[in-house]
Amino acid sequence: MPLKHRHLLGLEEMTSDDLGLILDTATTFREILERPIKKVPTLQGKTIVNLFFENSTRTRISFELAERRLSADVVNFSASTSSVSKGETLKDTARNIEAMKIDMVVMRHAAPGACVFLSGVIDAIIINAGDGMHEHPTQALLDLYTIREKFGTISGLNICIVGDIAHSRVALSNIFGLNIMGANVAVCGPQTLIPREIEKLGVTVFHSINDAIAWADVLNVLRIQLERQDRAYFPSLREYRQYYAVTKERLEKADKPITILHPGPINRDVELSADVADGDHSLILQQVLNGVAVRMAVLYLLGTRN
Amino acid sequence: MNNKIFLLKKSHLIDPVNTEDRIVDILIVDGIIQKVTDSITADRNTTIIDLDGKIVCPGFLDMHVHLREPGYEYKETINTGLSAAANGGFTALCCMPNTQPVIDSASTIRLIQEKAKNKIVDVYPIGAVTKGREGNELSPMMELAETGAVAFSDDGSPVGSAEVMRRALEYVSMLRKPIIQHAEELSLSQGGIMNEGYYSTKLGMPPIPSIAEEVMIARDIHLIEYTKAQYHVAHISTRNAIDLVRGAKKKNLSISCEVAPHHFVLTEEDVCSFDTNTKMNPPLRSRDDVQALKEGLRDGTIDAIATDHAPHSFDEKQVEYTYAPFGIVGLETAIGLACTELLHQNILTVQGLVEKCSVNPRNILHLPVIKFEEGQRANITIIDPSVEWIVDMHRFKSKGRNTPFHGKRLKGKPFGIFNNGTLLLTDL
Repeated sequence: MPLKHRHLLGLEEMTSDDLGLILDTATTFREILERPIKKVPTLQGKTIVNLFFENSTRTRISFELAERRLSADVVNFSASTSSVSKGETLKDTARNIEAMKIDMVVMRHAAPGACVFLSGVIDAIIINAGDGMHEHPTQALLDLYTIREKFGTISGLNICIVGDIAHSRVALSNIFGLNIMGANVAVCGPQTLIPREIEKLGVTVFHSINDAIAWADVLNVLRIQLERQDRAYFPSLREYRQYYAVTKERLEKADKPITILHPGPINRDVELSADVADGDHSLILQQVLNGVAVRMAVLYLLGTRN
Repeated sequence: MNNKIFLLKKSHLIDPVNTEDRIVDILIVDGIIQKVTDSITADRNTTIIDLDGKIVCPGFLDMHVHLREPGYEYKETINTGLSAAANGGFTALCCMPNTQPVIDSASTIRLIQEKAKNKIVDVYPIGAVTKGREGNELSPMMELAETGAVAFSDDGSPVGSAEVMRRALEYVSMLRKPIIQHAEELSLSQGGIMNEGYYSTKLGMPPIPSIAEEVMIARDIHLIEYTKAQYHVAHISTRNAIDLVRGAKKKNLSISCEVAPHHFVLTEEDVCSFDTNTKMNPPLRSRDDVQALKEGLRDGTIDAIATDHAPHSFDEKQVEYTYAPFGIVGLETAIGLACTELLHQNILTVQGLVEKCSVNPRNILHLPVIKFEEGQRANITIIDPSVEWIVDMHRFKSKGRNTPFHGKRLKGKPFGIFNNGTLLLTDL
């Protein structure tokens, strides 16, 4: 069964069948990653450009590994060394790269909707690796995969995303994806970091981390960005830690063990205490491994679709 | 058409000032109205225009246009901007001072007047409130007024400092000119690119809250109550902003406001396309705000319809939403949109429409009233209210093609204008 989409721009437009197909396909690739030889010839002869206009280490490496394990030819482009610093527009940059006959573009960009724009100006298949505060679909897919792997299902689970919801593409893609898969979704953070009318996206809002912990089966803890203090989003890291950090002490008050996810990189002992990050119920490194499998699945489904 | 004698047959004359609403023939000789009566027979040298089914009304004035010249001639020139205005059914416009150089000196006004001389469309420049539109020192407003500025505005930016605004209002109160405020509290809107609410949350876009507009208008209302100056809100866009103006009018303050067609036609939902032609400032608002704008038009809280015509080059809008400049062109779609969304939806009568596009803007700017009487200069907008058409940006006379309305079906269209002795028929 082919995927009904030509690009992966976001999870909002997906159905549960689409997401189920990607996750099932990822299971196959996850098995391949356990083999001594982790490479398959699926995308041999295809050229993929990783177009990263924002710094990213783990997402770019994860994509690159996925691409190479599918035997694609890979070209990396990062904004700091590029024509962008000379004032070239995204449209011109992308068209120039496309003129060299490439098949797929994986793009990370600071502007929401940048991938939608790109899909209108070039013909290549586009995978969104994060567009501003909008979507980060492969991150949400790997979160979904990791949750499903642990619980066998996503439907009916209580999943709470904790932290800076207002500036997080991870939060938004997770909300879309989790709702599509039938989870109960909540967000938790100070009101200044919760965007307006988010309830209309089908989420419950908690302002108390203890309430969120009492409710949740899974906490997806987001990285708190230090520069947010500049515009008075919260008073200080100390205050944030005091009231929103996910700590062992807080988790122990719950009547069941709570699974911990984090998209990384972690600010240890800010949003997440070190003992929780490295604890028995943390799936953080599992997420990283699953990320490669999920990205292989997406590349495979889009790259071989005709 | 350079004939000296024109006969407009079967014109449906709508003149709210003289409560005219009847079918007449109008004879114009050398640009002067010679006769307005039931039936006039033409002699040989007369150009006869059959206006059966068309509305003939006092010439429309768009009080909010960015002509871009001097400084940004690649976006628009005075010449192309005036052609667009004429094609869109306007006989006059006000040009905003955010040019390069800014209209903060008499010489820049004279430059514009020189380039706009002998055109079919009259140009009334708006001077900057502050030097360089920087919000700090007052521009030489007396000299600007004497040279021809009809109002003052730092449009594109607000007059942010309450102190500077207070002094500016006091100063212009001597001149019988309004200050036109681009009402935006920048500390609330900074970095924002669309209206704050469900859609900005869903699209992950930095938001511009409606309170950014409302807080500034609320402040200014206190300032005009204190200074007794004349004040006009540009491109009003939210329900609470309209309520504020409504309240200030009840207190008999000298306040007026305008709305741009895109604000009563589109909503924030349209941003979901990521089409950069849905990016403007103020941003497209909620459905409830659109409803409030229509109520404000109906009950007279909103005095004028003005386009905020903001041409940009094609490539400037062919970028990521975040980086695209704010604004769309409006001169050649305004009448079509107003007819479709207001006239045919029974929000405004024809008289109401003419008041918002001609009578009220002239009153706000203290320009002479247009009269359909013998011996008066003919200054006429002609509208075909019932023709259906599809907007085609390639037919625009404006250099700007940045419109979200390309391909939209509209009912009602400008038919032509007559001004300064010249007849021009719309080509859209």
